[in-house]
Amino acid sequence: MPLNLADYLPIVFFLAIAGAMGAGFIIAAWVAAPKAPDKEKLSAYECGFNAFDDARMKFDVRFYLVSILFIIFDLEVAFLFPWALALDDLGPFGFWSMTAFLGVLTVGFIYEWKKGALEWE
Amino acid sequence: MIAAIAFYALAAIAILSAFCVIAARNPVHSVLFLILTFFSAAGLFVLLGAEFLAMLLVVVYVGAVAVLFLFVVMMLDVDFAELKSGFLSYLPLGALVALAMFAELGLVSSAAVQAGQGRAAIPLSDVDPGVTNAEAIGRVLYTDYLVVFQLAGMVLFLAMIGAIVLTLRERPGVRRQDVSAQVGRRRSEGVELKDVKPGQGLGVEG
Repeated sequence: MPLNLADYLPIVFFLAIAGAMGAGFIIAAWVAAPKAPDKEKLSAYECGFNAFDDARMKFDVRFYLVSILFIIFDLEVAFLFPWALALDDLGPFGFWSMTAFLGVLTVGFIYEWKKGALEWE
Repeated sequence: MIAAIAFYALAAIAILSAFCVIAARNPVHSVLFLILTFFSAAGLFVLLGAEFLAMLLVVVYVGAVAVLFLFVVMMLDVDFAELKSGFLSYLPLGALVALAMFAELGLVSSAAVQAGQGRAAIPLSDVDPGVTNAEAIGRVLYTDYLVVFQLAGMVLFLAMIGAIVLTLRERPGVRRQDVSAQVGRRRSEGVELKDVKPGQGLGVEG
């Protein structure tokens, strides 16, 4: 399809409005809100105790696991978009091709479910 | 005209933010600059007419990969500032390597063009101009490129299994809710009836 940049004008408007609103709230708070800073207000807040340590610390590896699994299913969904658009032209072969693809990933999904990778206990 | 301005603006932002990724002191800032680079590259894809790729770049890279990077940066116990110290002093050497690689790529692609093999896999003239490029990809990806597509599925499957095998470890002694065990419980397992005779147990002095 030939590129028509005018099609992207609404996106530019959306971006401009979003940017203006975001900046507007910050500026309004800066201008209108009362400011009476003191040492305790400006210190780092960490849920009731002093922020005594570096923010970099070892976290549970399961956070990464959740993130990686999310990326995999994100990619799976990305493959579905062109398929859904072109399904009328693809015929049964294209349909079963995608079914096989989803089947492979469903096996992986069952594996991770049975292994308990989705549980947080 | 506007397209040219947009191209130069996006390209300049992409290069500048890519430089800031390696130059920023705070690794979290590096990740944010990386996201800006992804967005600029997505804009360049839009200018090329590859709208589907632009969308994928935003959805997959900004939405998922950048989040993973942020996890790694924020949660790993690595002093990135120390790790990156002296990074910029290696820049000339890195630029030299990049230049060599770029020259090699240029040689290969010009040789391929000269040999007449620089054709696109699908000639652009074959694609109906009234078709969005996501649909054009969809028409060939699932049938003509079936093997590649299924291999991609296998790679994703492998990544899933690999991530679980590498990171999941069983924690013994953790109490979990097991719904089927709760629902499947019988009265006989939970209730025990004792036959107590009248008066039994009374009069015990203690």
